[in-house]
Amino acid sequence: MADLLFYITAAFTVFCALGVVFNRNAVNAALCLLLSLVGVAVLFALLNAYLLAVLLVLVYAGAVVALFLFIIMLLDVRADQKRPFKLVSLIASVAGLALMVGGIAMILRRGQLTASPAPAAAAPVGSVLKSYAELLFTTYLLPVEIIGFLLLIAMLGVIVLCKKFEGLEDVK
Amino acid sequence: MIGLNDYLGLSALLFAIGFFGVLLRKNTLVIYMCLELMLVAATLALVAFSRFNGILDGDIFVFFILTVAAAEVAVGLAIIVALYRRRQTVQVDELNSLKN
Repeated sequence: MADLLFYITAAFTVFCALGVVFNRNAVNAALCLLLSLVGVAVLFALLNAYLLAVLLVLVYAGAVVALFLFIIMLLDVRADQKRPFKLVSLIASVAGLALMVGGIAMILRRGQLTASPAPAAAAPVGSVLKSYAELLFTTYLLPVEIIGFLLLIAMLGVIVLCKKFEGLEDVK
Repeated sequence: MIGLNDYLGLSALLFAIGFFGVLLRKNTLVIYMCLELMLVAATLALVAFSRFNGILDGDIFVFFILTVAAAEVAVGLAIIVALYRRRQTVQVDELNSLKN
Protein backbone atom coordinates (compact mmCIF):
# COMPACT_ATOMS: atom_id res chain seq x y z
CA MET A 1 0.00 0.00 0.00
CA ALA A 2 2.76 2.42 1.00
CA ASP A 3 4.72 1.35 -2.07
CA LEU A 4 1.82 2.14 -4.37
CA LEU A 5 1.38 5.50 -2.66
CA PHE A 6 5.07 6.24 -3.17
CA TYR A 7 4.89 5.50 -6.90
CA ILE A 8 1.74 7.55 -7.41
CA THR A 9 3.11 10.51 -5.46
CA ALA A 10 6.49 10.34 -7.17
CA ALA A 11 4.90 10.34 -10.62
CA PHE A 12 2.64 13.23 -9.65
CA THR A 13 5.55 15.26 -8.24
CA VAL A 14 7.75 14.71 -11.30
CA PHE A 15 4.89 15.54 -13.66
CA CYS A 16 4.19 18.81 -11.86
CA ALA A 17 7.91 19.65 -11.78
CA LEU A 18 8.01 19.21 -15.55
CA GLY A 19 4.99 21.51 -15.68
CA VAL A 20 7.02 24.20 -13.88
CA VAL A 21 9.77 23.95 -16.50
CA PHE A 22 7.67 23.79 -19.66
CA ASN A 23 4.75 26.05 -18.88
CA ARG A 24 4.95 29.30 -20.81
CA ASN A 25 2.61 31.14 -18.49
CA ALA A 26 4.36 32.14 -15.25
CA VAL A 27 1.14 31.86 -13.23
CA ASN A 28 0.62 28.28 -14.39
CA ALA A 29 4.25 27.50 -13.58
CA ALA A 30 3.78 28.82 -10.04
CA LEU A 31 0.66 26.69 -9.57
CA CYS A 32 2.52 23.63 -10.87
CA LEU A 33 5.25 24.39 -8.34
CA LEU A 34 2.57 24.44 -5.64
CA LEU A 35 1.28 20.99 -6.66
CA SER A 36 4.81 19.63 -6.84
CA LEU A 37 5.52 20.89 -3.32
CA VAL A 38 2.36 19.22 -2.05
CA GLY A 39 3.62 15.98 -3.61
CA VAL A 40 6.95 16.35 -1.79
CA ALA A 41 5.04 17.01 1.44
CA VAL A 42 3.17 13.71 0.96
CA LEU A 43 6.55 11.99 0.47
CA PHE A 44 7.74 13.56 3.74
CA ALA A 45 4.65 12.14 5.44
CA LEU A 46 5.46 8.72 3.95
CA LEU A 47 8.91 9.08 5.53
CA ASN A 48 7.24 9.73 8.93
CA ALA A 49 8.43 13.36 9.01
CA TYR A 50 4.96 14.73 9.69
CA LEU A 51 6.14 18.01 11.18
CA LEU A 52 8.26 18.74 8.12
CA ALA A 53 5.37 17.88 5.81
CA VAL A 54 3.14 20.39 7.55
CA LEU A 55 5.93 22.98 7.60
CA LEU A 56 6.62 22.49 3.89
CA VAL A 57 2.99 23.12 3.00
CA LEU A 58 2.77 26.09 5.37
CA VAL A 59 6.03 27.80 4.44
CA TYR A 60 6.41 26.92 0.77
CA ALA A 61 2.88 26.49 -0.47
CA GLY A 62 1.49 29.09 1.89
CA ALA A 63 4.08 31.82 1.88
CA VAL A 64 6.57 31.32 -0.95
CA VAL A 65 4.19 30.44 -3.79
CA ALA A 66 1.77 33.15 -2.67
CA LEU A 67 4.66 35.62 -2.80
CA PHE A 68 5.57 34.40 -6.29
CA LEU A 69 2.01 34.83 -7.54
CA PHE A 70 1.86 38.26 -5.98
CA ILE A 71 5.06 39.38 -7.73
CA ILE A 72 3.95 37.88 -11.06
CA MET A 73 0.75 39.88 -10.92
CA LEU A 74 2.64 42.99 -9.82
CA LEU A 75 5.14 42.81 -12.68
CA ASP A 76 2.73 41.72 -15.43
CA VAL A 77 5.10 39.46 -17.36
CA ARG A 78 2.61 38.37 -19.99
CA ALA A 79 4.66 39.70 -22.88
CA ASP A 80 6.96 36.69 -23.16
CA GLN A 81 4.27 34.02 -23.26
CA LYS A 82 4.42 33.29 -26.95
CA ARG A 83 8.15 33.53 -27.33
CA PRO A 84 9.51 30.11 -28.42
CA PHE A 85 12.60 28.57 -26.85
CA LYS A 86 15.73 29.39 -28.82
CA LEU A 87 17.39 26.41 -30.45
CA VAL A 88 20.82 27.33 -29.08
CA SER A 89 19.61 27.62 -25.51
CA LEU A 90 17.64 24.38 -25.86
CA ILE A 91 20.73 22.52 -27.07
CA ALA A 92 22.89 24.09 -24.36
CA SER A 93 20.42 23.19 -21.61
CA VAL A 94 20.08 19.62 -22.82
CA ALA A 95 23.89 19.35 -22.88
CA GLY A 96 24.12 20.74 -19.33
CA LEU A 97 21.41 18.35 -18.18
CA ALA A 98 23.22 15.42 -19.81
CA LEU A 99 26.44 16.38 -18.02
CA MET A 100 24.73 16.49 -14.66
CA VAL A 101 22.77 13.27 -15.18
CA GLY A 102 26.03 11.62 -16.24
CA GLY A 103 27.67 12.82 -13.02
CA ILE A 104 24.83 11.46 -10.91
CA ALA A 105 24.94 8.15 -12.79
CA MET A 106 28.68 7.88 -12.12
CA ILE A 107 28.08 8.48 -8.41
CA LEU A 108 25.32 5.87 -8.36
CA ARG A 109 27.47 3.33 -10.19
CA ARG A 110 30.70 3.77 -8.25
CA GLY A 111 29.61 4.99 -4.83
CA GLN A 112 27.14 2.23 -4.05
CA LEU A 113 26.12 1.93 -0.41
CA THR A 114 27.36 -1.39 0.92
CA ALA A 115 24.04 -2.25 2.52
CA SER A 116 20.96 -0.12 2.27
CA PRO A 117 20.07 0.53 5.91
CA ALA A 118 16.77 -0.90 7.05
CA PRO A 119 14.09 1.55 8.16
CA ALA A 120 14.23 2.28 11.87
CA ALA A 121 12.16 -0.33 13.61
CA ALA A 122 9.67 0.49 16.33
CA ALA A 123 9.26 4.22 16.93
CA PRO A 124 10.43 6.32 13.96
CA VAL A 125 12.22 9.30 15.42
CA GLY A 126 10.79 11.76 12.94
CA SER A 127 7.22 11.27 14.13
CA VAL A 128 7.84 12.40 17.71
CA LEU A 129 7.65 16.15 18.15
CA LYS A 130 9.46 16.06 21.47
CA SER A 131 12.68 14.88 19.89
CA TYR A 132 12.65 17.84 17.47
CA ALA A 133 12.30 20.26 20.36
CA GLU A 134 15.03 18.52 22.31
CA LEU A 135 17.53 18.75 19.47
CA LEU A 136 16.58 22.29 18.49
CA PHE A 137 17.03 23.62 22.01
CA THR A 138 20.17 21.71 22.96
CA THR A 139 22.51 20.64 20.15
CA TYR A 140 21.31 23.12 17.56
CA LEU A 141 20.60 26.10 19.79
CA LEU A 142 23.22 28.34 18.19
CA PRO A 143 21.99 27.74 14.59
CA VAL A 144 18.44 28.53 15.75
CA GLU A 145 19.61 31.86 17.13
CA ILE A 146 21.56 32.62 13.97
CA ILE A 147 18.58 31.75 11.78
CA GLY A 148 16.42 34.13 13.81
CA PHE A 149 18.97 36.85 13.26
CA LEU A 150 19.12 36.01 9.54
CA LEU A 151 15.36 36.46 9.25
CA LEU A 152 15.66 39.88 10.86
CA ILE A 153 18.41 40.85 8.41
CA ALA A 154 16.34 39.59 5.47
CA MET A 155 13.38 41.67 6.61
CA LEU A 156 15.54 44.78 6.85
CA GLY A 157 17.05 44.07 3.44
CA VAL A 158 13.65 43.72 1.79
CA ILE A 159 12.49 46.98 3.32
CA VAL A 160 15.59 48.78 2.08
CA LEU A 161 15.29 47.23 -1.40
CA CYS A 162 11.61 48.02 -1.88
CA LYS A 163 11.28 51.42 -0.31
CA LYS A 164 11.76 54.39 -2.55
CA PHE A 165 14.13 56.71 -0.76
CA GLU A 166 13.45 60.24 -1.81
CA GLY A 167 15.57 63.21 -0.98
CA LEU A 168 18.58 61.03 -0.25
CA GLU A 169 20.66 62.54 -3.05
CA ASP A 170 21.98 65.33 -0.86
CA VAL A 171 23.00 62.76 1.77
CA LYS A 172 25.37 60.96 -0.59
CA MET B 1 9.61 -2.51 -0.63
CA ILE B 2 10.60 1.11 -1.15
CA GLY B 3 14.14 1.71 0.05
CA LEU B 4 16.55 4.55 0.44
CA ASN B 5 17.72 4.27 -3.16
CA ASP B 6 14.25 4.97 -4.57
CA TYR B 7 13.96 8.18 -2.59
CA LEU B 8 17.46 9.24 -3.60
CA GLY B 9 16.67 8.52 -7.24
CA LEU B 10 13.49 10.59 -7.09
CA SER B 11 15.42 13.38 -5.38
CA ALA B 12 18.07 13.33 -8.09
CA LEU B 13 15.39 13.36 -10.78
CA LEU B 14 13.66 16.40 -9.25
CA PHE B 15 17.01 18.14 -8.91
CA ALA B 16 17.82 17.45 -12.56
CA ILE B 17 14.44 18.82 -13.68
CA GLY B 18 15.03 21.98 -11.67
CA PHE B 19 18.51 22.34 -13.12
CA PHE B 20 17.17 21.92 -16.64
CA GLY B 21 14.59 24.62 -15.96
CA VAL B 22 17.25 27.01 -14.69
CA LEU B 23 19.24 26.52 -17.88
CA LEU B 24 16.31 26.61 -20.29
CA ARG B 25 14.04 29.39 -19.11
CA LYS B 26 14.62 33.08 -19.70
CA ASN B 27 12.13 34.52 -17.24
CA THR B 28 13.83 35.41 -13.95
CA LEU B 29 10.78 34.47 -11.90
CA VAL B 30 10.53 31.01 -13.44
CA ILE B 31 14.29 30.51 -12.96
CA TYR B 32 13.73 31.31 -9.31
CA MET B 33 10.91 28.75 -9.09
CA CYS B 34 13.21 26.10 -10.57
CA LEU B 35 15.85 26.99 -7.97
CA GLU B 36 13.26 26.38 -5.26
CA LEU B 37 12.50 23.03 -6.85
CA MET B 38 16.18 22.10 -6.59
CA LEU B 39 16.25 23.07 -2.91
CA VAL B 40 13.19 20.94 -2.18
CA ALA B 41 14.77 17.99 -3.99
CA ALA B 42 17.83 18.29 -1.74
CA THR B 43 15.64 18.37 1.37
CA LEU B 44 13.89 15.20 0.21
CA ALA B 45 17.26 13.44 0.11
CA LEU B 46 18.11 14.70 3.61
CA VAL B 47 14.81 13.50 5.06
CA ALA B 48 15.19 10.09 3.40
CA PHE B 49 18.73 9.70 4.77
CA SER B 50 17.74 10.60 8.31
CA ARG B 51 14.67 8.33 8.23
CA PHE B 52 16.55 5.29 7.00
CA ASN B 53 19.38 5.80 9.48
CA GLY B 54 17.08 6.36 12.43
CA ILE B 55 18.47 9.76 13.35
CA LEU B 56 16.92 13.20 13.42
CA ASP B 57 19.77 15.48 12.41
CA GLY B 58 18.80 15.52 8.74
CA ASP B 59 15.28 16.60 9.63
CA ILE B 60 16.67 19.44 11.72
CA PHE B 61 18.76 20.54 8.76
CA VAL B 62 15.65 20.57 6.58
CA PHE B 63 14.13 22.82 9.21
CA PHE B 64 16.97 25.29 8.72
CA ILE B 65 16.87 24.97 4.93
CA LEU B 66 13.18 25.86 4.91
CA THR B 67 13.86 28.99 6.96
CA VAL B 68 16.78 30.10 4.83
CA ALA B 69 14.79 29.43 1.63
CA ALA B 70 11.94 31.62 2.86
CA ALA B 71 14.34 34.47 3.62
CA GLU B 72 16.07 33.94 0.27
CA VAL B 73 12.82 34.12 -1.66
CA ALA B 74 11.82 37.33 0.08
CA VAL B 75 15.13 39.05 -0.68
CA GLY B 76 15.39 37.65 -4.22
CA LEU B 77 11.91 38.75 -5.20
CA ALA B 78 12.61 42.20 -3.77
CA ILE B 79 15.71 42.37 -5.97
CA ILE B 80 13.65 41.30 -9.01
CA VAL B 81 11.08 44.01 -8.28
CA ALA B 82 13.84 46.60 -7.96
CA LEU B 83 15.33 45.36 -11.25
CA TYR B 84 11.97 45.60 -12.99
CA ARG B 85 11.49 49.14 -11.75
CA ARG B 86 14.78 50.15 -13.28
CA ARG B 87 14.85 48.15 -16.53
CA GLN B 88 11.16 47.34 -17.21
CA THR B 89 11.99 43.70 -17.96
CA VAL B 90 12.63 40.43 -16.17
CA GLN B 91 13.99 38.49 -19.15
CA VAL B 92 17.59 37.44 -18.60
CA ASP B 93 18.53 37.85 -22.28
CA GLU B 94 17.57 41.50 -22.14
CA LEU B 95 19.60 42.16 -19.01
CA ASN B 96 22.92 42.35 -20.86
CA SER B 97 24.32 45.72 -19.98
CA LEU B 98 27.61 44.12 -18.85
CA LYS B 99 28.08 42.60 -22.31
CA ASN B 100 29.45 45.60 -24.16
